[in-house]
Amino acid sequence: MGIPVVLSVKNLEVVYDDVVLAARGVSLEVPDGKIVALLGANGSGKTTVLRALSGMLDIHEGSIRKGAVYLGDEDVSALSPTALAKRGVRHVLEGRRVFKELSVEENLRVGAHVARKDLKTNLARVYDLFPRLQERRSGQAGYLSGGEQQMLAIGRSMMSDPRFLLLDEPSLGLAPLVVAQIRDIIVEINAQGTGVLLVEQNATMALQIAHHGYVAETGRIVMDRPAAQLLADDDIREFYLGLGAEGDRTSYRDLKHYRRRKRWAS
Amino acid sequence: MTGFLTAFSGGLGQGAIYVLLALGFVIIYKSMKVVSFAQPAFMMAGAILVSYLTPRFGFWLAVVLGTLGIALVALAVERVAIRPMVGKAVFVIAIITIGVDIVVRVVAGAFVGTDPLLVGDPWGLDTVLIGDVQVQQRHIAALIAMVVVVVALMLFFRLSSTGLAMRAAALDQEAAMAQGVSVGAVFALSWALAGGLAALAGVFAAAGNPIDQTFWVVALAALPVIIVGGLDSLGGAVVAGLLVGVVEALVRAYHSDLFPNLSTNTGTLAPYVLMMVVLLVRPHGLFGTKEVERV
Ligand SMILES: Nc1ncnc2c1ncn2[C@@H]1O[C@H](COP(=O)(O)OP(=O)(O)O)[C@@H](O)[C@H]1O
Ligand SMILES: [Mg+2]
Repeated sequence: MGIPVVLSVKNLEVVYDDVVLAARGVSLEVPDGKIVALLGANGSGKTTVLRALSGMLDIHEGSIRKGAVYLGDEDVSALSPTALAKRGVRHVLEGRRVFKELSVEENLRVGAHVARKDLKTNLARVYDLFPRLQERRSGQAGYLSGGEQQMLAIGRSMMSDPRFLLLDEPSLGLAPLVVAQIRDIIVEINAQGTGVLLVEQNATMALQIAHHGYVAETGRIVMDRPAAQLLADDDIREFYLGLGAEGDRTSYRDLKHYRRRKRWAS
Repeated sequence: MTGFLTAFSGGLGQGAIYVLLALGFVIIYKSMKVVSFAQPAFMMAGAILVSYLTPRFGFWLAVVLGTLGIALVALAVERVAIRPMVGKAVFVIAIITIGVDIVVRVVAGAFVGTDPLLVGDPWGLDTVLIGDVQVQQRHIAALIAMVVVVVALMLFFRLSSTGLAMRAAALDQEAAMAQGVSVGAVFALSWALAGGLAALAGVFAAAGNPIDQTFWVVALAALPVIIVGGLDSLGGAVVAGLLVGVVEALVRAYHSDLFPNLSTNTGTLAPYVLMMVVLLVRPHGLFGTKEVERV
């Protein structure tokens, strides 16, 4: 794929409707061929970052107020979703959003909209990744199970052989067994050379396969570490990711407070 | 019986014109969720343009050029008057299409002089005998044209990448954008298609009669058609267009038997009565989907 390129946002500030500040100086990098996890609670700004990367802020009345999106050295903040898709950045929306009344194969063909010439090759590759989709190719997409719809959503975006895949909560609402399947597919796609930015609430799944992890809280990145470190550190597990024994989520500020207390107590 | 069949065939011919018009409404509705009230003006402008082109190019080439010409006009109108309003309330955009309708109609109407304006069709009011029924040639021509257009549209929406993108955008705009589909291009194309369809409808509506300033009124019957068929259903537009055409023609033909004391022909009212009856039974039209309004 030529020289390695990094997809990144630097110092990104995004406002919706000119008032809601949803990203407050986010910087984040997705290197070519790596899996990067972006974690955080509901409303922390994860989807907003993905929208900035794929040019989809516009239709949500969102705009970049400061900072920029870069593909390599090039500032691509002002590009349309079409232009970004052509350059290999593909966004898989939260909630799958398959075209329910189209057939599975029609969904995939729409996914090939910016790469019509390579339709055959990409279709073969996607069916290879998802044999289940090939079995259901002429069936209506709305009748697929949740897991199959997620596979279709991912497969659809693979139809233009993207360089970077932005996945918004692909495990949402799926049974553990299906989540494991999706996880393996992401690994496989990445092994074939696509860089992945994986937004997840399921932190364990994401950190298992990611090389690097970011944690967002109220529009800021509050933590940025290799995934293995995030996964191994008990404090982080408990307080950043809500994976503690009690299972409830605590905020960054509480964590600082907790740390002081812990040091004091020990 | 022959009287019935004559009226019936006339209704199918008129219905074919409604189908062409209604398809344009539905295509725009599907892409923008807006009913465009500019269709009558495009129909009138199309017929007038063809009547000016026919002496120079002959009727058939004039129809092709006129249809393409109005498609381009509609494309330009979308770009200039509609696109900047995208994101505003659907109601506001609908009102703007009424403004567009008036402007286009006035401009086109300026080309209607005192001499009778004819599209120059080869049919006039000539008939052919099918069985023992006199069928007007223009009605047969309209039906054939409609079938050709419907088949072409079907192939376009099923097979072409652009047609598929339009269907996808109609189902989920944001998801289509995420596939790299340009929603702006979809809007533009839907207006161009609707404009071309209206122009073609205008040619058949004008066949056999001179065009006057009230010619556009024919297109109003397409409104009950799209309600009967379902605002978002292309198949519904075809069925409902023919149905409305036939019901209207039959009521018109049997008016004096049905309402001997009414002097105004009730045929004109028939499409609206049919619309209300259908709405009572099926609130979203015969083929419309329930979920027509989306946030
Ligand atoms: N279309 C929108 N209009 C206004 N505010 C929005 C919109 N989308 C998201 N927000 C707000 O931006 C913040 C971040 O949201 P989001 O990026 O969706 O977070 P996450 O994906 O992490 O749940 C939230 O406060 C949310 O309410
Ligand atoms: Mg989200």
